[in-house]
Amino acid sequence: MSRRATYKFRLYIADEAYNSTQALANLNAMCRENLPGHHEIEIVDVFRQPKRALEDCVFMTPTLIKLAPHPVRRIVGTLSQKSIVLQTLGLPPAKTEVLAE
Amino acid sequence: MKSAGSNAKVMQAKAQTGIAGLDEITAGGLPRARTTLLLGGPGSGKTILSLQFLAHGAEKCKEPGIFVAFEESSKRVIANASSFGWKLESLRRQRRLFFLDAQPALDLVQSGSFDLNGMLAALEGQASAMKARRIVFDALDIVLALLPNAAARRREVYRLHEWLLARGLTGLITAKTGGDEASSISQQPFGFMQFMVDCAIILNHDVVIGVSQRNLRVQKYRGSSFDENECPMIISNSGLEVATAPALSRVHAKVSNERVSSGVLRLDTMLGGGYYRGSSVLITGFPGTAKTTLSGAFAEAACKRGERTLFVSFDSDSNEVIRDLGSVGIRMARFVKTGMLQMASARSITGSAESYLVRIKTLAIEQRARCLVIDPVSTWSNSASDLSAHSVAERLIDWTKANGITLVCTSLLDEMASHGAAGSPMQISTLADAWVHLSYLVQAGERNRGLSIIKSRGTAHSNQVRELILSNDGVTLADTYTAGGEVLMGTLRWEKERAERIAGEVAAVATKLKRVRLDAEEAELEVRVKSLNVELEAKRVEKALLIHTTKSLEGDASRGRAH
Repeated sequence: MSRRATYKFRLYIADEAYNSTQALANLNAMCRENLPGHHEIEIVDVFRQPKRALEDCVFMTPTLIKLAPHPVRRIVGTLSQKSIVLQTLGLPPAKTEVLAE
Repeated sequence: MKSAGSNAKVMQAKAQTGIAGLDEITAGGLPRARTTLLLGGPGSGKTILSLQFLAHGAEKCKEPGIFVAFEESSKRVIANASSFGWKLESLRRQRRLFFLDAQPALDLVQSGSFDLNGMLAALEGQASAMKARRIVFDALDIVLALLPNAAARRREVYRLHEWLLARGLTGLITAKTGGDEASSISQQPFGFMQFMVDCAIILNHDVVIGVSQRNLRVQKYRGSSFDENECPMIISNSGLEVATAPALSRVHAKVSNERVSSGVLRLDTMLGGGYYRGSSVLITGFPGTAKTTLSGAFAEAACKRGERTLFVSFDSDSNEVIRDLGSVGIRMARFVKTGMLQMASARSITGSAESYLVRIKTLAIEQRARCLVIDPVSTWSNSASDLSAHSVAERLIDWTKANGITLVCTSLLDEMASHGAAGSPMQISTLADAWVHLSYLVQAGERNRGLSIIKSRGTAHSNQVRELILSNDGVTLADTYTAGGEVLMGTLRWEKERAERIAGEVAAVATKLKRVRLDAEEAELEVRVKSLNVELEAKRVEKALLIHTTKSLEGDASRGRAH
């Protein structure tokens, strides 16, 4: 496990908006399952820190940015489609889906 | 009680767009602190309209603005609009305009639903920092298309709308319509937006018989009257220009009593001194009735007076016009050289009537023209629907009147139209102040040109049909001869003229003869007087001699007696 790099995430949320809380829950679940112990999540509320949203060109919430490892990736939405999320982040697909294939 | 401030309030309730015509249609501009939806197909001018709205606000109304670009990067938007001269780049540097690039990244991955809170939060800070009053969301449909379902789209549009209302910003949202058809808008996935917003404007870009035509229509405007018609619109060098209905824009004409020469002396006489300055003159006629020549004569006369003139020819090249008019003694090349006269040739194949109007206006302003000739104006009806050509002609006349420009336009009549005073194709005849009609009169195997004045507002004018004669020396009108109720022209006139000439010559010879005879008699009498005088003198001498002789004889006798 330790040979794997730490995944750094930044999640932009809009206060308690439904989409945002859903995304946060999905992200946490995904990390627990796929990246236990080697992930960091930073949460930015666009209402509290609008400047950061502007600097990062985040106009849609929720937006997840994978800062490390390279390459940087961003995913917009509630992160509900697991396979898309895993593929984008460069993680192996979930076992159930491998079997399905 | 409130009447004093009502005018100011009306002004406050609307945000001026600075777009010629649009402010008139909407009676002042877009609804302030409300949302306006701008719909149009690709290339219909949505971005241009919204940029002009922002630039005008930032520069003229002290209302800083924000442009949110969903489709094109703001750099490209600014670069594309640089030709309009709105100084977007300097306004941006002065922080009176702010451009936000909100294009969804190409590699954007989407999973599940999202909302626009991020953007609104970012804009919130920016708007209050620069005290923005206007905001444009360009191509909102791009971001809406990413949303998974109609309910989500609706939710986000309402969120945006609420946000705009709460901030008191004058918002303009542009969105693409599927095709060129404005009617299909209600079937668009976000057709509901039209019900939500306070004002909806539809831009249309049609091709009618191969000619591009742009239209703008205000579909709705809550709490305000507006012109409901589709108004022609063009994109000119300085941005959009919307043609408003003449009734709204009719400006007070500069009425003048000054007369300007028509270039034909006899025609001036017929009109009681010439055309009025600033009036519009229509010359109609069939092909070849010397319409161009007559308008050329007017242009030449104007240049001779030192008035700057613009001659727009739709049929032939300007050099051809100069050459052709040279053959009837109208020499225009010299005035072109000095810049007094500008010849513009615009073949009827390109552009709509609208774009011609704008081009002519621009040319006339550049030339600082006081006289304008358009030959022939009827070309417009070929390149546009009758309705639009008519409204263009109307606006041209309004414009020249407002600027005190004397307008002479020719109009070709359809050969199939009824002979004589047939109406001109675009019904300009009702708008024109003077209407000169040229026709052919076929008489005794000849075709001769006839000129008559059908109307001339405000002047007494001759009711006679005159013959128009073109010669090397120029254009003249011949005296009219009538015989048996018909005007004599051509050979018939010539015969009549010859008969009169012969009669005149006979009379002249008779007079001469009588004079010679009298001279002779006078001379004879003078001679007789002279000889009689000589005779008288001789008699006197003889008489004196006789007296003298008698006296000396008497003296001799008396002396003899005394001795």
